[in-house]
Amino acid sequence: MALKARHKRFILIGIGLALIGLAAMLILNAFQSNMVFFYTPTQVAKGEVPKNTGFRIGGLVEMGSIKRGEDGLTVNFVITDTAKTVPVVYKGILPDLFKEGKGVVAQGQVGEDGLFVASEVLAKHDENYMPPEAAAALKSAQEQSNTLVMPTK
Amino acid sequence: MIPEIGHFSLILALLVSLVLGSFPIIGAARGNTVWMGLAKPLASVQFILIAFAFLCLVYAFAYMDYSVLYVANNSNSKLPLQFRIAAVWGGHEGSLLLWALILSIWTLAVSLFSKHIPDDMRARILGVMGLVSVGFLLFMLMVSNPFERLIPAALDGRDLNPLLQDPGMIFHPPMLYMGYVGFSVAFAFSIAALLGGQLDAAWARWSRPWTILAWIFLTVGIMAGSNWAYYELGWGGWWFWDAVENASFMPWLVGTALIHSLAVTEKRGSFKAWTVLLAICAFSLSLLGTFLVRSGVLTSVHAFATDPRRGIFILAFLVVVIGGSLLLFAWRASTVGRGGKFDVVSRESFLLANNVLLAVAALSVLLGTLYPLFLDALNLGKISVGPPYFDAVFAPLMAPAIFLMGIGPIARWKEAALPELAMRLRWAFGISIATAVILPLMLGNFTPMIGFGLFLAFWVFATSAELVYQRLGKSDLPLMGRIKANSRSWWGMVIAHLGIAVFVLGVTIVKGFESEIAVKMLPGDVAHLAGYDFTFDGVMDTHGPNYEVSRGQIHVTKNGVLRTILEPEKRLYTVTNMPMTEAGISPHIIHDLYASLGEPLEGGAWSVRIYHKPMVEWIWFGCLMMAFGGFLALADKRYRLKKRAPSKEAKSSKEATI
Repeated sequence: MALKARHKRFILIGIGLALIGLAAMLILNAFQSNMVFFYTPTQVAKGEVPKNTGFRIGGLVEMGSIKRGEDGLTVNFVITDTAKTVPVVYKGILPDLFKEGKGVVAQGQVGEDGLFVASEVLAKHDENYMPPEAAAALKSAQEQSNTLVMPTK
Repeated sequence: MIPEIGHFSLILALLVSLVLGSFPIIGAARGNTVWMGLAKPLASVQFILIAFAFLCLVYAFAYMDYSVLYVANNSNSKLPLQFRIAAVWGGHEGSLLLWALILSIWTLAVSLFSKHIPDDMRARILGVMGLVSVGFLLFMLMVSNPFERLIPAALDGRDLNPLLQDPGMIFHPPMLYMGYVGFSVAFAFSIAALLGGQLDAAWARWSRPWTILAWIFLTVGIMAGSNWAYYELGWGGWWFWDAVENASFMPWLVGTALIHSLAVTEKRGSFKAWTVLLAICAFSLSLLGTFLVRSGVLTSVHAFATDPRRGIFILAFLVVVIGGSLLLFAWRASTVGRGGKFDVVSRESFLLANNVLLAVAALSVLLGTLYPLFLDALNLGKISVGPPYFDAVFAPLMAPAIFLMGIGPIARWKEAALPELAMRLRWAFGISIATAVILPLMLGNFTPMIGFGLFLAFWVFATSAELVYQRLGKSDLPLMGRIKANSRSWWGMVIAHLGIAVFVLGVTIVKGFESEIAVKMLPGDVAHLAGYDFTFDGVMDTHGPNYEVSRGQIHVTKNGVLRTILEPEKRLYTVTNMPMTEAGISPHIIHDLYASLGEPLEGGAWSVRIYHKPMVEWIWFGCLMMAFGGFLALADKRYRLKKRAPSKEAKSSKEATI
């Protein structure tokens, strides 16, 4: 090619910048459309949550709230932050550490009837470990009403 | 008494590393050969002291000394011996000690296999590694001492997290750490080059094998972790874009860019400053990864609040290492010299594009991993960025990188001609397009993503075949002679690239054709998936060394013929009262049949998950091929330890810059 070295350098830099710009756009776009926000049951009760998009809720599985469907796979339970509660339905196999009275995080959407349809239920790592979102939900509920006693985890 | 001896040994090691991190570097600056000469013996002493401390901790674990806090927190008398020893790196303090031990091993290795490196360079390299060691030893001694006593002693330990009680725990963390810490060698080489203002082809040739070795360990470590997650978590997944996984993947991406950039620096003398920057980044990300995983930040950023000294130390250490080396880079990068010129279309350009793509990919993972932590730390709300983000970003970034991977090795250095490249690659292109269309149609499921993935995999297969054909076809030697006529590092490259293709093929097929069902099964029930009949024979209760186990049996038949028997388990670890799923897998080159038990339901029924995973094993086999390619490159003749005449070095480096 009969291009001067300087021109070649410009072309290289130009291509490079264009590529990086494109990549940056792609990344930021993907980032924005795939962020999942987290809400506490209190926020759900106040209606602060978005309709028609997924989000996460966290708290404790309320004692005595787990009910299994006929098929053995559909499970209804209630997530509580000790102030407010959200009913949840999930179809599938629950993680090993999903138990009443233990911390849980669920991802999904809330329907018109206020039932949270979970696509994913997380409760992991170990017996004493509380998912950070669940712990945060309990903490903020506690801060809002100091009369409630925080359950020991 | 033994823990105190270990503790004392660590203190001595800190003193030794302080001397190692100062005198040889100052000696190199002043030309003091005695001070420079200190580096080698100090590296050995440091290794002996840290290894001794490590053995003391192993002893405390093996002999169940629950008066040591760390042992009491991470072990239990019922834990089998191999896991008691692996439990040494099961928690924060012990894994830092393992880190320091591995750093001292690498330091020792560099001091032993560096006869051909000039004295001042060697002194600087070992000195920099000594400084890193100072940081880790200080951290351990000040805020996370594994030998801290628990008074009064516990009667028994709190047990190792059952998730970690697996053979994977014995190999995966040490392998991963060998990789992480191995990048400290490349880092030290780069800092030494910046300090000495000397960076030539010889420098690249010396640092290349170390970098490749670290990269091999990291590759195998990540692969082992992925495989472990696959059978341990019971979800049939092999990669979750979990922050812990990302922490190991970022250094791998940058390390992969680094070994390619080093190749250019050695062969052509270009990309010098970029190579140095990549080495700094690879090690910085390794440090970040270590701390992210081990400091508890990931489970909650507020974990720092429970022990603020730890958090502040980690932040300060990261700032000093990363900030300091980047400052040094900004100040001294101009001294390492400029590289050779190259055309817009040339192998250098292709490698540059590969480097940029890998670096951007690493950045995108960094963003997805750290941004939620930042928001949370600043109390701006909690968000999570899951697999959809990484999938959306990764495919478009890696696709051009893999496409260029087919062209790069065929293009000439310095100046290549597009028409000639197009001529040489037209068959490869045609074959891979045809395969990408026909194969999914034959398999009965065509989606753009499957077609695209297959195209990329076969593109690499076909271009590699073209490359090998061109190299081997032009000679009339016997076949073995022709194979040997090409260097081992060239073969290493070909095999590593084929490994990527095997990996991509596995990912594409498993993503495109996998199937799963979750069912409630009574003994005798049959589930159907992918043409197989899975009959649930029931569950038998038995027990392991420290757990109760319900072992299910599922026999798998196809058209009435018995194919395999799966034995998924549900374990209950009695000490921590934690249930654990152990998948029953029948691995096969064509497909894995995979079953895991959910939970017991009424009347002897169980919820059961069954997966059909076509070609999933190819994913890990591809990783092993990459690692094997790395080994071949290491075995190359030009890395054999020989003292080369200095005049020849100077000449070759001069040639490289022309």
